[in-house]
Amino acid sequence: MPNFIDRRLNPKDRSLGNRQRFLKRVHDELKRSIRDQVRSDKIADVDAAHGVPVPKRGADEPSFRNASNSGERHHVLPGNETFSAGDRIGKPDAGGGQGAGRGAGRGEGDDDFLFILSRDEVLDLFFEDLELPDMVKLNLKETVTYKPHRVGFTTAGTPSNINVGRTMRNSFGRRIALRRPSEKEYQAVADEIAALENEPSLSQPQRRRLAALREELEALERRRKRIAYVDPVDVRFNRFERLPLPNANAVMFCLMDVSASMGEREKDLAKRFFVLLHLFLKRRYERIDIVFIRHTDEAHEVDEETFFFSKQSGGTVVSTALEEMQRIILDRYPSNIWNIYAAQASDGDNATGDSERCAALLRDELMKLCQYYAYVEIIDERESEIFGATDNGTSLWRSYRKVDGAVPNFQMTRIARPADIYPVFRKLFARHKAVQLSR
Amino acid sequence: MAKRPPSSLLFNGSEWSFATLSRAYEAIEEIAVGEMGLDVYPNQIEIISSEQMLDAYSSIGMPLMYQHWSFGKRFVFESHFYRKGRRGLAYELVINSNPCITYLMEENTMPMQALVTAHAAFGHNHFFKNNYLFRQWTDAGAILGYMDFAKKYITKCEERHGIAAVEEILDSAHALMDQGVFHYRRPPRLSPAKVTERARERLEYEEQTYSDLWRTLPTAVGSAGIEEAEKEALERKKVLNLPEENLLYFLEKHSLILEPWQREILRIVRVIAQYFYPQGQTKVMNEGCATFVHYTIINRLFDQGRMSEGAMLELLASHANVVFQPGFDDPRFSGINPYALGFAMMQDIERICTKPTAEDKDWFPDIAGNGDSMGTLIDAWENHRDESFVLQYLSPALIRKFRLFHLSDLATDRFCEVASIHDERGYSAVRAALARNYDPSTHRPDIQVVDVDLLGDRQLRLRHRIRNGVLLDEAERDRTLAHIRRLWGYGVSLAGVDSATDKVLYECSSAQA
Repeated sequence: MPNFIDRRLNPKDRSLGNRQRFLKRVHDELKRSIRDQVRSDKIADVDAAHGVPVPKRGADEPSFRNASNSGERHHVLPGNETFSAGDRIGKPDAGGGQGAGRGAGRGEGDDDFLFILSRDEVLDLFFEDLELPDMVKLNLKETVTYKPHRVGFTTAGTPSNINVGRTMRNSFGRRIALRRPSEKEYQAVADEIAALENEPSLSQPQRRRLAALREELEALERRRKRIAYVDPVDVRFNRFERLPLPNANAVMFCLMDVSASMGEREKDLAKRFFVLLHLFLKRRYERIDIVFIRHTDEAHEVDEETFFFSKQSGGTVVSTALEEMQRIILDRYPSNIWNIYAAQASDGDNATGDSERCAALLRDELMKLCQYYAYVEIIDERESEIFGATDNGTSLWRSYRKVDGAVPNFQMTRIARPADIYPVFRKLFARHKAVQLSR
Repeated sequence: MAKRPPSSLLFNGSEWSFATLSRAYEAIEEIAVGEMGLDVYPNQIEIISSEQMLDAYSSIGMPLMYQHWSFGKRFVFESHFYRKGRRGLAYELVINSNPCITYLMEENTMPMQALVTAHAAFGHNHFFKNNYLFRQWTDAGAILGYMDFAKKYITKCEERHGIAAVEEILDSAHALMDQGVFHYRRPPRLSPAKVTERARERLEYEEQTYSDLWRTLPTAVGSAGIEEAEKEALERKKVLNLPEENLLYFLEKHSLILEPWQREILRIVRVIAQYFYPQGQTKVMNEGCATFVHYTIINRLFDQGRMSEGAMLELLASHANVVFQPGFDDPRFSGINPYALGFAMMQDIERICTKPTAEDKDWFPDIAGNGDSMGTLIDAWENHRDESFVLQYLSPALIRKFRLFHLSDLATDRFCEVASIHDERGYSAVRAALARNYDPSTHRPDIQVVDVDLLGDRQLRLRHRIRNGVLLDEAERDRTLAHIRRLWGYGVSLAGVDSATDKVLYECSSAQA
């Protein structure tokens, strides 16, 4: 009869730790390849599981191996149909190699190998070291997170929380109070009995002594049985109390220009930027409010669906969006409780004279309420070459430039092609951002 | 067949339970031990799920293994191929230990479980216990204990010295795993308790004898100091016992910079490499033996009426898949299938023993027609490895059946030449060439430590004996040298010397790498 063991209930993720180590090791490479992929693909793709080629760098295991392109080899192969001794067979051109003699390689077939990262892993890599700056206003109004804290002891709980020290102290006290015979006492009597029993012949008093001792031993044993070493009443558990954690309330305003001057390309870029922002916020800050505002010559607060998918067109008055934002802040997000962020995307076209008004609004009103304001201008690819890093540009850009100089927590940048989006996004939300953007 | 009472069947249908498993086990044991005369370690059979099988795969089949990212990489690969359906999982996994642990997959049908039990718990098990290589080179009784020690030791090192530091050493040690085996000198047996004890003692001794004073001594100046150093160097060179083929062993013992715990880690990697050394040399025999055993046993069970025709059909289909050998020009071809070759050779031996032809009598005068096929096989299993087994037992009949041909391939030529085929003139040559291919020493680069310049720059000199002009892959070579440098602490150089002409073909050092 063999020893059958059912291991199916054993933990099955024994390799998980190793997988994590592997991920950590190739972390930088993975990050790079995911970003490259997302840059070339649709941004929304980031929100899914990804196949990533396993990076060669950092994960190779070198060893002394024979090079395949030198020396003399001998193969023995099965299935000869037509050859006879002395026949010559042309080799396939370099690279292919002979079918035989290859199987030994350890990393066989790793060329087409994709390694599937889960959606969470992708997003973590993607948004690593990004955060909303300056999230300082904390309050307890709407607590959702709790953290357990040790507070004293309790008589009920799970075995993993048993406080051994406290339990044993109680047990010790109870044993003393109830006079439970100690191991030593018990052993002393037992030893004496054994000694007496070993005597070849016992005198009368010795025999009496033995009887008395036996009785005593029995009494001790009974007592020990009655008074447990550790009784349920001794057991103490660590007690935990859930303390609410102060929670940061944050709201992000997404302002997008959808006026006629924004062509398909511009709108597409702006939307991609906001998709990324949306994903980032959802991933990093579970409890964040997002307000979508889009504007032509008038601004409306819209829902997510409309913001990303519906089409609208018209003239351009940027300040309407800022006014709408201000109205909403006053209405729903008192700035003493809420951390307020805003991101605005536009092509920079604006009604004459309105740009100055926007700048004034921002400088005098909004920036006092906001933690951080990012302006993204969508420009033509040719324009990006002309403007480069200069202050020149659209009227809105020039006006905002002045705000940029005056207020530290204001950032502005330009996007000309899809590939710019991610770097710009990183610049805007990089952790410990100290340098002002120049672009 | 239909007249037989159904109660004689060991099992019915494809569902298995522990009751049917042990009924089948007993029936198989009766045949394997009673009729075939196999001699096995006690069996321990464990049922695992497919995820656990993947886990086991990635830690090179050991039930206990230390943690390292490379196992995670392997796991990612395996699970990828498995999920894509490109590669099925093995039905079983067997560990050369005492008791012999066999893993059965829970997904297997009952007939498969029976087949796998016969294959692994008796076929492989018999081979592990009796083959001379395994008996000489591995210690089945101690391996599980040793792995337990290794795992705990490395975990402790990680706690003490940090994961990164341990990982560095393991990376370097893994790079030299193939060069960490004694091929000629047999390693001493280890008992895990003794090993732990020794590691502890070694460490304690170092700690006790450590004196900070030594560090403060001024470095030797003047001729007296040099003389002293010279004498010491000579002494040390004698101790180094060069040349040394086992690079890991050499570095473990003589590295100039490693700490005691780092040496112990090298030792662990070396011991594991040594443990797997026989497996690489006996693939054909090991799989052939197991396949032959399961084939014989299931046929016997069927003849006894203890297995239904349906179950038999399922098993034959599976068996046929396992021993399928596509021709060299088939897209499915990926080298000679060790199951196919091993099984065919063993069946062939059985045929030669019982029904020899005139040709067999010429080629195998000592076994042809001796009538004792099982005895002949058991003797072959015990005393051969792949290379000698092929050289000894590959018959012309089988060469014809496989239509084997020998192709010589010179890298500089634009063509390969068919050196010999399955004809009267070719049999011996094909057989010898195939046997040579199964000798691991023909494929393993022969790299040895030949000198250490202890007086000068402490450079470690390695020599690669180049056979048949086969060079090393340069990128890999340079990276491996960097790993050796890390373990040695000073420069390392490697010279490639042609074994036929003694001409130096290349030279490189870790500085260039």
